[in-house]
Amino acid sequence: MHIDYFALPFKIGLAYLFVIVAVRFVRLILGLSRIDKIRIWKSVLTNKSLISIREAFMEGLLHRKIFRINPVLGYMHMSLAFGWFLLIFVGHIETIVHTKSMAFPFHMPIFYRYFVGGNNQVYLSGFFPFMMDLILLFVLSGVALALLKRIRSRYFGMKKTTSLKSGDRIALISLWLIFPLRFIAESFSAGIYYNGSFFTQTAGNFFRSFLPLEQLQLPLWWAYSISLGLFFIALPNSRYMHIPAEILFIFLRNFGIRLKKRYNTYSLVQVYSCSRCGICLDTCQLNDANIKNTQSVYVLKNIRNNNLTDETLFNCLLCGRCQQVCPVGIETNDLRITQRIESTRQYNSSYEYLKEGEIRNADVIYFAGCMTHLTPSIKKSMVDILSYAGINYWFMDEEKAPCCGRPLMQAGQFDAAQKLISNNQQLIILSGAKQLVVSCPICYKVFKEDYVLHDVEVKHHSEFLLELAEKNIIKPVRIPKRVIYHDPCELGRGSGIYEEPRELLGRYVDLIKIKNEREDSFCCGGSLANIKIQMHERDKIRDRALDEYMKYNPDFLVTSCPLCKKTFSKGLDIQVHDIVEIVAESVSAERKQARHVQKKQEVSLQTELI
Amino acid sequence: MSKFGFSIQETRTIDFEQFDGRLLKYVLEHEPSFRVCLSCGGCTATCSAGNLIDFNVRKMNILIRRGETEGLEKEINKCMLCGKCMLVCPRGINIRNVVMLIKKGIVKFRTIEEPHEKLKLKCHAY
Repeated sequence: MHIDYFALPFKIGLAYLFVIVAVRFVRLILGLSRIDKIRIWKSVLTNKSLISIREAFMEGLLHRKIFRINPVLGYMHMSLAFGWFLLIFVGHIETIVHTKSMAFPFHMPIFYRYFVGGNNQVYLSGFFPFMMDLILLFVLSGVALALLKRIRSRYFGMKKTTSLKSGDRIALISLWLIFPLRFIAESFSAGIYYNGSFFTQTAGNFFRSFLPLEQLQLPLWWAYSISLGLFFIALPNSRYMHIPAEILFIFLRNFGIRLKKRYNTYSLVQVYSCSRCGICLDTCQLNDANIKNTQSVYVLKNIRNNNLTDETLFNCLLCGRCQQVCPVGIETNDLRITQRIESTRQYNSSYEYLKEGEIRNADVIYFAGCMTHLTPSIKKSMVDILSYAGINYWFMDEEKAPCCGRPLMQAGQFDAAQKLISNNQQLIILSGAKQLVVSCPICYKVFKEDYVLHDVEVKHHSEFLLELAEKNIIKPVRIPKRVIYHDPCELGRGSGIYEEPRELLGRYVDLIKIKNEREDSFCCGGSLANIKIQMHERDKIRDRALDEYMKYNPDFLVTSCPLCKKTFSKGLDIQVHDIVEIVAESVSAERKQARHVQKKQEVSLQTELI
Repeated sequence: MSKFGFSIQETRTIDFEQFDGRLLKYVLEHEPSFRVCLSCGGCTATCSAGNLIDFNVRKMNILIRRGETEGLEKEINKCMLCGKCMLVCPRGINIRNVVMLIKKGIVKFRTIEEPHEKLKLKCHAY
């Protein structure tokens, strides 16, 4: 039997890769909970699989999301991934057409220019070499861009790029070598057999003029094969594991598997799926405070390498800006929280001192939250409006009440948070209220996500006030001011509430459209999620955001979070208001007007009587 | 003598040879801003947990500096980590990190060298 020795490195590498990835995948899937396994079993033969295949194609090969962030970066990734896929795909078709059978050695399409030799009597002998040359050129352009990116990442709209470790370096270098080597090997073969097209043939003719191609051909094919084998062997232990892992991740996600409050193999799938592209680095606001080693990509890397420290893990605002731009869709926030839960599991509080407090029956519960108690004007405005609207409400934390539990949740103190949650939950349910109005987005998120409140509707005050305005209970009095609305992280990216505050605010003032709003909004820097950051570092983040806002020259800044308000009002010389303060002001103006009218009527009535 | 509701405090000593500074050292190492505390008590005044029950952040600070770590665990576990203290602190101390570090430190030093005589300081309750 004839053995093509030069293809051996490729074959060995591929076999190794296949075995390692298969074992890892089986382990990852077996490690999922029983319910998740049932989910997979039930979804595999439904159209969820088709959706996943489509998504894997669109994101894994075409990289649509990266295109949206930066076209050049997108092109680079697409030319490498999709181009390589096309090389394999078209190569196989070419081999099938030429050999008129499916029974060829599986390495044959990979080294086809060598095997086809001078045989020009095959079907479509001009078309396939042309196609293959075109695709190779496409891939090589990607490699060239990748090289350029390593030298000058700025050209790609990226200020920073991730640092490499040795496993990555081997994989990266072998990946870069694969296609240039293939090009040289193919052009040498073309120089000998005249089987190339516009690209490889031209190069082949050139090389033939001064090189002994017959002797050099085989060594070059060897080199190509070795670089392929090396890449495959380095892949499972490098960041390129993201290629197979991302496909698994897309499938599992579409099957309805979600991150839990525990670190499990689904978290590990996400960790493996990180390609360390570094897109999350530029979007992170911690850069403004010169904190450069705690971003999501590094945390994921540390989790994978088992060397995550508290300093890295807890130095994050959990603002969610990285999650928004991640091209793979890794849940960076929740992953970090599960890590925090694991790391602080040993020391949780039990809050045995919590006694059930006073309960009052009401239609609406108002929960101001700890932060709102530090910004009393928000609290006062809300109370004014509630009494103006004639609502039967209970101010739950007016005097004494425990915290909502979200700060504990963010710090990973899951069991402790559960204690506070179950205590508050009972109070809320027993009061018989239909609505729970919250002033603080931090509380809002935990009430929405972690409380079991049955039919009590949780509303942020911006939603609640909008409803009042829509029912004409409060009538807006417009003020001619230009205003920027700052989306709080927990309300916007955290809970997806962008429209309600804008709609409400639009009735009172003129909103300025800005670049960094909605999903791209800034964090004020005050976030409670960051345990490690220093005050002066927070100030830098805040000032940077304020600088950006000041460019639009607003009359004042409006937000809907007491913490954002408190943070911003410590900053530059700009007024910061909560949305509820604007509404309350208009309510009191309206009241004054009404009183004025009433007085006038009374006076006219008196004069008539006289 | 008529009863004023106050009594004379028992005499007590802190034996500095028995001083257990590990926790203090650990906290200061990881949160240097803790050094600049003025003991003004702003944190205690605003504290959400202190509003519900006898809990005194400032007292925590004094206890840990004296190495009186006995009973500290029970005290520190009252904190709800809401972050108000951090916002009112005039020196910008990252108090939440101090709390987390104390919590972690207590577990850390207990698991490493238990039973440790030094942890059980010979002093009366504060």
